[in-house]
Amino acid sequence: MAVTSTKPYVGVPRDRVENFNGKQIVYVGWDQHMLFSTPFMIVVEPGMKLGDMLQNAVRPLMQPDPDAPAVDFGKVEWLKGKQPWTPNFEASLADNGIRHKQQLTFRTPGLNTLGAAGR
Amino acid sequence: MSTVFIAFQANEDSRPIVEAILADNPAAVLDEQPAMVKINAEGKLVIRRESIEERVGRPFNLQELQVNLITISGHLDEDDDTFTLAWKN
Amino acid sequence: MDMTVAKKKLGLKEKYKLLTRDLGWEPTYHNKDEVFPYVKYEGIKVHDWEKWEDPFRLTMDAYWKYQAEKERKFYAIIDAHAQNNGHLNITDARYLSALKIFLQAISPGEYCAGKGFARMGREFPGVGTQVACQMQAIDEIRHAQTQIHALSNYNKFYNGFHAFADARDRMWYCTLPRSFFDDAMSAGPFEFMIAIGFSFEYVLTNLLFVPFMSGAAYNGDMATVTFGFSAQSDEARHMTLGLECIKFMLEQDPDNLPIVQNWIDKWFWRGFRLLGVVGTMMDYMLPKRVMSWREAFEIYGIENGGALFKDLARYGIRPPKGWDDAGKALDHMTHQFMLALYQYQFGTAFHSWIPSEEDMAWLSKKYPTTFDKYYRPRWEHIKKLKEAGTPYANMGLAKLCQTCQIPTVFTEPDDPTTLCHREVEYKGETYHFCSDGCQHIFEKEPEKYIQGWLPLAAIFQAPLNGDLGAWMEWVSLADGKDNGDFAGSEDQRNFEAWRNQATSNQ
Repeated sequence: MAVTSTKPYVGVPRDRVENFNGKQIVYVGWDQHMLFSTPFMIVVEPGMKLGDMLQNAVRPLMQPDPDAPAVDFGKVEWLKGKQPWTPNFEASLADNGIRHKQQLTFRTPGLNTLGAAGR
Repeated sequence: MSTVFIAFQANEDSRPIVEAILADNPAAVLDEQPAMVKINAEGKLVIRRESIEERVGRPFNLQELQVNLITISGHLDEDDDTFTLAWKN
Repeated sequence: MDMTVAKKKLGLKEKYKLLTRDLGWEPTYHNKDEVFPYVKYEGIKVHDWEKWEDPFRLTMDAYWKYQAEKERKFYAIIDAHAQNNGHLNITDARYLSALKIFLQAISPGEYCAGKGFARMGREFPGVGTQVACQMQAIDEIRHAQTQIHALSNYNKFYNGFHAFADARDRMWYCTLPRSFFDDAMSAGPFEFMIAIGFSFEYVLTNLLFVPFMSGAAYNGDMATVTFGFSAQSDEARHMTLGLECIKFMLEQDPDNLPIVQNWIDKWFWRGFRLLGVVGTMMDYMLPKRVMSWREAFEIYGIENGGALFKDLARYGIRPPKGWDDAGKALDHMTHQFMLALYQYQFGTAFHSWIPSEEDMAWLSKKYPTTFDKYYRPRWEHIKKLKEAGTPYANMGLAKLCQTCQIPTVFTEPDDPTTLCHREVEYKGETYHFCSDGCQHIFEKEPEKYIQGWLPLAAIFQAPLNGDLGAWMEWVSLADGKDNGDFAGSEDQRNFEAWRNQATSNQ
């Protein structure tokens, strides 16, 4: 039973992509970089190039971490959802198969100034 | 046995009640914290109307406890003469 | 001459019977299922409602008498507080943030509980239950009112108190308690009783109203201690109602056990998440601290909750599913919460701050295995950023949990350096969670939780369409006054100036 109810009941999701004025949500997380409390929530057009989103929307948000200048998005390890993934920075989000509310995570092994004490 | 407890606001209404509880329950331990008093005991704690009446010098209804009560732990059983907290296991 | 003979007084048990049971009646021209239409669909089987008894045996006449006494005590102190500039007696104006969170996030929850119990008093067929629910409904309304009255004295002097009702409906951090209560109120009557009466009142309220209020006393806040203790005096009755409800269900029919266990698992975890906020207030927002969140949880969560579950084992109940994960989170959650509140402080109607050296020394002492290792380096870095003139703000907005609606700030139970990432596909949509506990709750009733109004996603939908200025207006947040760092705030300046005036003749 998908809900305990007195009669059949179907819910309506509030956050469907058509409610975002032609945009979509993408979550971008930086593994082990805990200065940022959660993955960043980015709201952009699905036609935007992935590389543009990372440079223009994600990179500025990373600046408070001392490791930010050393990150080369082309060289980090990527996950889409929970799966290892090879991005195409020149292609759009849609062409990269990045769906609404999908999470991308990048890993920068060996680069973790603030987390060093926790190792 | 698990611990039962009862806590009251720290004030003059509570003082004779706390004294009565400590006198009637040799296993009870007093824990004083800012603005409150907490009494812990292994397994069981009994509050007796008569013991409180001896100290306040007037008839006392055990439901008056509720005015300054903060919290309890354990199963409660209340009648005219006693207010009992206990864990069964 | 007539002799006056003292009328024999009714004993407590006899009086309770007369003033509850005997007031009930059997319907004659409607059947019981029509009169009580919501009492069966959750699957709980009840054979004898007479078995439900309030061990306090409180009757309405006694209820009004003692509640009136509590109110008289309360309002006498509130008057004194207002007449004597009680707001200047608190240890430090940082403490006000705890009060603002209380008013925005917790007091409206009291009101919801009042509405919920009023409904349950109508929906349960048992007369003992109806009376107890009626009393608790009135109590909860009283709690909301006394809290609002007490804190209105602070609203005359400080920022962040003025729009608590808008905050309750619209603020991102307030959807945590709001979704908790909405979830409970949209459930059936038995689940509501487990959610509020059992998990919240019996297992968790002690943490809210005992160490936190004792902390308010420690910080010179007479108004809050007063509403806190006045509310507490009702809580013992509420806890007892919750415990009786659970025993009643388990004793009525063995088929009830798995349903009840599932609710215990769910509502323990929802309550644990909700109380993370209270833990953060205790560890970070009380200038003088009685005990840490961890110490409080050891006494009231682990020891007291443990005793309860040991006792309920005779019915086949085991401790809640999330119990172990909760234990692992204890040394981390308040630090993770406070770091989040700090980095999103442009969007909070209360102030946050970088803990002082003294605060950090206390935190390392109370959290010896985690604070210095994981959290101090972050605060030290944030301090450096501030000193360099580039104070830290995370403008990325947060990913929220679909179930508890908190930003997903929590880490893997066994790895405090990795954020917990849980996602589920349901009918082609992706949903994110902060923990296994919240994911499991969603998976049991997805049609309920897909409707969640996630406040940060809502900013990018109509009518706000991504306009942060319009958002601030919509949540009634006065930018530069209500939000931001405590250091340099109007509250900090005013408190210092007024306190100096109060203690000198200048």
